[in-house]
Amino acid sequence: MSKLYSGAEIVFKCMEDQNVDHIFGYPGGAVLPIYDELQNFKSIKHVLVRHEQGAGHAAEGYARSSGKPGVILVTSGPGATNVVTALTDAYMDSIPLVCISGQVPTHLIGTDAFQECDTTGITRPCTKHNWLVKDINDLASTIHKAFEVATTGRPGPVLVDIPKDIQFQKTKYSKPKKEKKLNGKSHNHFNQNSINELIELMSKSSKPIFYTGGGVINSGPKASELLRELVYATGFPITSTLQGLGSFPGDDNQFLGMLGMHGTYEANNAMHDCDLMINIGARFDDRITGKIDEFSPKSKKVHIDIDPSSINKNVKVDLAIVGDVKTVLSSTLKSLKQKKSKFLKSNKQKTSRWWEKIQKWRSVRSLDYIGSEETIKPQYAIERLYELTKDKDSYITTEVGQHQMWAAQHYKFNKPNRWMTSGGLGTMGYGLPAAVGVQVAHPKKLVIDIAGEASVLMTIQEMSTAVQYNLPIKIFILNNQYMGMVRQWQELLHDKNYSESYTAALPDFVKLAEAYNCVGIRAKTPEELDDKIIEMLNTDRPVIFDCMVDKVENCFPMIPSGKPHNQMILGPKDQENKKITGKGKSLV
Amino acid sequence: MPNSKSAYSFSNKKEKFDTHIIVVWVDNEAGVLARVVGLFSGRGYNIESLAVAQVDEKLKISRITIVTTGTPQVVNQIKLQLRKLVPVHKVADFKREDKAVIFKEMALFKIVGPNNKLEGALKACKKFNPVLLDKTKKSNVIQITALRREIDKMSKDLKKFGLVSVSRTGAVAMTRGADIFK
Repeated sequence: MSKLYSGAEIVFKCMEDQNVDHIFGYPGGAVLPIYDELQNFKSIKHVLVRHEQGAGHAAEGYARSSGKPGVILVTSGPGATNVVTALTDAYMDSIPLVCISGQVPTHLIGTDAFQECDTTGITRPCTKHNWLVKDINDLASTIHKAFEVATTGRPGPVLVDIPKDIQFQKTKYSKPKKEKKLNGKSHNHFNQNSINELIELMSKSSKPIFYTGGGVINSGPKASELLRELVYATGFPITSTLQGLGSFPGDDNQFLGMLGMHGTYEANNAMHDCDLMINIGARFDDRITGKIDEFSPKSKKVHIDIDPSSINKNVKVDLAIVGDVKTVLSSTLKSLKQKKSKFLKSNKQKTSRWWEKIQKWRSVRSLDYIGSEETIKPQYAIERLYELTKDKDSYITTEVGQHQMWAAQHYKFNKPNRWMTSGGLGTMGYGLPAAVGVQVAHPKKLVIDIAGEASVLMTIQEMSTAVQYNLPIKIFILNNQYMGMVRQWQELLHDKNYSESYTAALPDFVKLAEAYNCVGIRAKTPEELDDKIIEMLNTDRPVIFDCMVDKVENCFPMIPSGKPHNQMILGPKDQENKKITGKGKSLV
Repeated sequence: MPNSKSAYSFSNKKEKFDTHIIVVWVDNEAGVLARVVGLFSGRGYNIESLAVAQVDEKLKISRITIVTTGTPQVVNQIKLQLRKLVPVHKVADFKREDKAVIFKEMALFKIVGPNNKLEGALKACKKFNPVLLDKTKKSNVIQITALRREIDKMSKDLKKFGLVSVSRTGAVAMTRGADIFK
């Protein structure tokens, strides 16, 4: 007879077989049996966070930068509810997470026991799937299934809720089944005809554009390679969503920069005026499309996505290709080479006027800002940070707000999995714990959280985690003392009524760093900025960098809400002409 | 209820709402109905009626029949979103006007009153093949199966005969002829 294992042991046996090397968690009453077993599984390292939300975001950072699922271990009740924000964040941005939560013993479920909550009920709308394990014999197969669901198809978070009595009970352990039965949930449902149709559209187009998103990143590094190959083979311009940055080199001439609400003038105008839009792994999010009725009115639209429900959800498309980006791109390239081996040459003529138009939009230089010698402009700070780190293969995380958009605009990414930001949910406090997770996955790499002072205070406690595990993350705070994006909207939409967007009584971040036993650095003038950044980079410990920036700088360019792509606000000079009025106000 | 997917930008297009019957085959496991219903409420879809029961004891499969209204785009989303749920095996969808499909609801009517009223009620139900489930000197319980709007009408018409209580199910559906739902 084979050996019997306790539920707690089975949790770790499963993780071993799923090649888990790090878990992010926080102990508590309902998971104590699992924590008791931790020491017996040497290949699995536990990272103790300071708040369960931090565990969730750290697991997200780990997953996004490594391509492996992030694993979380939390207790029942508040442990589980605290992780809900991170699960929702991962659900919106399609990040594979497996969350194991403890639950009160089965006989107490439903009695309002201490630290009981309906965890599977609460997390049902923010996970791909979740399970409450009520029978020890289902435990191993459920956990294996959880990893499968999290990582296949469009990735996402899952949760397995394990009552405490199940953790003690014993049974045989079963390994994961080799063959992957996908229950029709994985989607490579395209055929050669669709690919031929795509190539036909591509060869007919004189104003094409690639619009790529996080799906390219999620499909693995190979997908980014194939994307580059396809973009070079066609000579088409390419723009990317916030989540897709890095899948195509940010400094390449064919790259028009990010599109959307704070995207570049050339990217948004090209989206509006194109005659062929090829969406690869993006989802026509409302931050991208602007006013949906006037979104790219003259184009044929192609949508490549692994999730059939993304197709025709917001924007009706002419050709849908349901499949994994990597597989679709590889088929497309193969057919392109066979059918139109001289595509690039024959197409150059056809798209030359399009490129001329794009150059004209480019010459507007929409990311320019008015520099200053007295105060540090936030854009300047990001530019300098980029210049001083671009040779280092750095990993960048962000919080949410103006600094996030400036980072997306001014930091250029050349590789996938180097850029971790909360896009769909827009979770302030994401960046610091995410940086912890990234550094755990890549101990030797430079990891920077480009932060705002308001966001970072939401999860600042995770500095303590960074110090405990010697994770030399750099928290680069663009400190303008305002919730900058809130202030910007109030300026533009609410007659400068800056209601509650100024943070009085901010902590002294340098002293705060010292309190956490890490390093604090402050930069106050543009003159000293470079030296201070270099000092930060030369510090092999966690650093909080307090970069005092212009307090009232706004993030431009910008598509005001309720407007289409071709009605952007450019810089401070342009604003007078295009005030947001009437209906637009209610749309944010 | 208007569709609630546009939280940030409004569409000026007025699209027609159709009534659809969605049939979903699911694993009969804990929480599965909550997943399906939660998907509808969470994404702002309508549920006009709902009927659910296990139909395969061995495979533990339940069949859920949902009557919903929405624009073609919303109905399409409903199907695609349902198919993504892990315990969902297949989803069928058809319009209420579809002649190839039968759909029926059942209703129980309790009538209290003198004999002539009880008889009048039974007579009024005649074209729906009423079944007299319970009879006392003062009361009747009548069962009919019919279309939604027919039951709506009967619920109104029977008032004058002393209708005191109505209980009704959601619609269930089945294809005509030898075909089954794909």
